Amino acid sequence: MVQMVRVNGRNRGDIRLYALSTCGWCAKTKELLNSLGVEYSYVFVDLLPKKELEDTLLEVEKFNPAGSFPTLVINGSRVIVGFRETEIREALR
Amino acid sequence: MSGDEIPRELIEEKVSALRKDAESGGYFLNPDAGFVWQLARGLCINEKRYGYPSCPCRLAVGRREEDRDIICPCDYRDPDLEEFGACYCALYVSPSVAQGKTAPLPVPERRPTRSERVSVATRAGRTIDVPLPVWRCRVCGYLCARETPPLVCPVCKASKDRFERFM
Ligand code: SF4
Repeated sequence: MVQMVRVNGRNRGDIRLYALSTCGWCAKTKELLNSLGVEYSYVFVDLLPKKELEDTLLEVEKFNPAGSFPTLVINGSRVIVGFRETEIREALR
Repeated sequence: MSGDEIPRELIEEKVSALRKDAESGGYFLNPDAGFVWQLARGLCINEKRYGYPSCPCRLAVGRREEDRDIICPCDYRDPDLEEFGACYCALYVSPSVAQGKTAPLPVPERRPTRSERVSVATRAGRTIDVPLPVWRCRVCGYLCARETPPLVCPVCKASKDRFERFM
């Protein structure tokens, strides 16, 4: 599994954010997680070396067949695709 | 990542160019200037990284033939503006969103998935018997009948490789 960057905060389960470093909605999602103060891990997929990028994209596609970003995975089961603020807030309340 | 640092002036130039092109083409940029700045930065990074300004909110593979449909403005901008009031990245918005009358809706990914794209690429184009081939600009829909597509679209300035055989 790919190395993710951990951000410390309140433990609300295993929260993983797959993002792109260039994307506006990914940045907004990350800001939202920061402002909620939850603990999470993230990775900027576009910055990964080739092999890891491919593996990570396959991982994203398992949760979100469109392979789009941001993809937020909560406890390996709940998946929120895109910056859906209300949904994210509710899921992490 | 280092190497992705783009000088401020370059990003500002990009923002002005986007604004100018949008105005002359009858499009509108997101009223949130900070958000536009961030996307312009993303476009500059992608241009430097891949050699073309692919969509900041989509993962490019770095091969132009495979990323062609997501070179900004992408093939999906106009239908998304029509249906959701914004393009996928919300760089471009509808007039009513630009004026702050309505909020843009979240835009689901319209681009086919990786496996769908492979099958589309290998599907034979439909051609019928016409005196000249008809080419369609995938960005703006402009049609022309000539042996080869123009170097740039006379309407939206998309490059030759954004054209598809229409008839
Ligand atoms: S979604 Fe918007 S910003 Fe992204 S490539 Fe299409 S037009 Fe450009």
